[in-house]
Amino acid sequence: MVKVFDCPKSLTDMPTHYCPGCTHGIIHRLIAEVIDELGIADKAVGVAPVGCAVLAYNYFVCDMQEAAHGRAPAVATGIKRVVPEGVVFTYQGDGDLASIGCAEIVHAAARGELITTVFVNNGIYGMTGGQMAPTTLPGDKTSTSPYGRDTKKQGFPIRVSEMLATLDGPAYIARVSVHNVANIVKAKRAIKKAFEYQIAGKGFTLVEVLSTCPTNWGLTPKESLEKVQRDMMPYFPLGDYKDIEAGEKK
Amino acid sequence: MKQRVLMKGNEAIAEAAIRAGCRFFFGYPITPQNELPEYMSRRLPEVGGTFVQAESEVSAINMVYGAAGAGARVMTSSSSPGISLKQEGISYMAGAQLPAVIVNIVRGGPGLGSIQPGQGDYFQSVKGGGHGDYRLVVLAPANLQEAVDLVTEAFDIADLYRNPVLILGDGLLGQMMEPVEFRQSTPRELPAKDWATTGLCNHNGQKNVINSLVLHAIDLEAHNIHLQEKYALIKVAEQKAELLHCDDAELVVVAYGSTARIVKTAIAQLRDQGHRVGLLRPISLWPFPEDAFAKVMPVAKDFLCVEMSAGQMVEDVKLVVNGARPVHFYGRMGGIVPTPNEIATQVLQIMGVK
Repeated sequence: MVKVFDCPKSLTDMPTHYCPGCTHGIIHRLIAEVIDELGIADKAVGVAPVGCAVLAYNYFVCDMQEAAHGRAPAVATGIKRVVPEGVVFTYQGDGDLASIGCAEIVHAAARGELITTVFVNNGIYGMTGGQMAPTTLPGDKTSTSPYGRDTKKQGFPIRVSEMLATLDGPAYIARVSVHNVANIVKAKRAIKKAFEYQIAGKGFTLVEVLSTCPTNWGLTPKESLEKVQRDMMPYFPLGDYKDIEAGEKK
Repeated sequence: MKQRVLMKGNEAIAEAAIRAGCRFFFGYPITPQNELPEYMSRRLPEVGGTFVQAESEVSAINMVYGAAGAGARVMTSSSSPGISLKQEGISYMAGAQLPAVIVNIVRGGPGLGSIQPGQGDYFQSVKGGGHGDYRLVVLAPANLQEAVDLVTEAFDIADLYRNPVLILGDGLLGQMMEPVEFRQSTPRELPAKDWATTGLCNHNGQKNVINSLVLHAIDLEAHNIHLQEKYALIKVAEQKAELLHCDDAELVVVAYGSTARIVKTAIAQLRDQGHRVGLLRPISLWPFPEDAFAKVMPVAKDFLCVEMSAGQMVEDVKLVVNGARPVHFYGRMGGIVPTPNEIATQVLQIMGVK
């Protein structure tokens, strides 16, 4: 019998704390598969965020640091400068990266810091109970935008990938989704490319992954995946926003 | 032959750090400490080190967190408002038990304050600064030779106890020039950094995690108890103070840093006039040098605490003296440096000399 699927070696066997239907688990698996395939588990150092993935340090079989809210790119900078032969990645949500950590991610990207950021965008603060995020869609209801996000009062969502792609430091910026199998395959390809670019010393790399929050969206897992495709993807289009090997998009 | 070089305070501290093995510096500009990162940006590449000008003090201290967690000897420096911004990272480092040296070249406050010297950051330095139950080792040099000696000491203490160490200077020390000699300190036996996140290949495949999150109350209390036990050890082993003319001193002036230099001039004048005045100069502000107070208590009748603040260290002096003697205070604020005559006048008033 041929084994066609296995748990990646770079994931611990600890059960995750993520809610049923949340796509963090898929994204964790993709990163772990990439680490396995590139054979870098023994020199990878991950940085966990504050947010739903705060306990990510329990799930990867590599060295990890737990950063303060939003500071993962600064912490990763410190690690990478000390261990330049290491492969350093941050795993951050939208509140962490696009709100409180906006300065850290912009400047890590601008410096062309040789790190890889996996940016999980589900448009809401999951861990703290469903507050409005910098990426919450206009009109979406959250616990701090109970009447729906009013762009006149609460401004507009930030398109992080597009914004960072304007900088010269990044080598690869892509937005992917994990709402179906075809996109999961593409997402893995993007994450692998980001790690490969880091290892080759090409520059800063970031993969934004559109994700779900069934618990705080108040939707079933299936409805949540549909929302990603129906509502999020038009506002946050998928694609490579920067790839120094392929030229810039648009 | 001893080699003494004339250096500016900020640059002397930077050079001392490099000689202590510091190869990573993360900083952000703020007056009056700019010569320190500037010197590092010039010198570190010469010795194979790394200088990064961060986007903010918040980022700088978090880069220090990452670098310290990866096992490096690492430093950052700033001045009062910038040190306030670093408090988040300092608390995380204390929680995650990361060794690093932080330099505060204090200026006048609160708020944006001024760029003149001050000592108004004492509370912030020794009582916490950031959130949670933690301590920094705080070392306060009074001249540049002592500053360079204490920098080496600071790195050793940080590594020995896995705890951040703060060098508390001020605008006067940072900007003044004095001859210094970079000399070998007594080497301490330091533990290997086998906890550092350098990749599994560098520590036999055992996973290392740098973290200050402990979600279960019982575990977090155990972690806090461990920290407190560590602080108790530091309190016994790392007190530092200078005693001057205290053997017969009826009045003991307590002052640290730049202020203590001025107090020494005042005491020299007063001694010439036959007054029995001494100086107790805390060098370690935390741990507060309680042992030194025990030595002067038998003779001292009064204490006078002099600070460039509204009176902060005086609270610790009162705690140690514990009501056994009167504790007086004299302070100037806002970047005003007290003169020897002002201090002498205070002393004579307390001693009842007309």
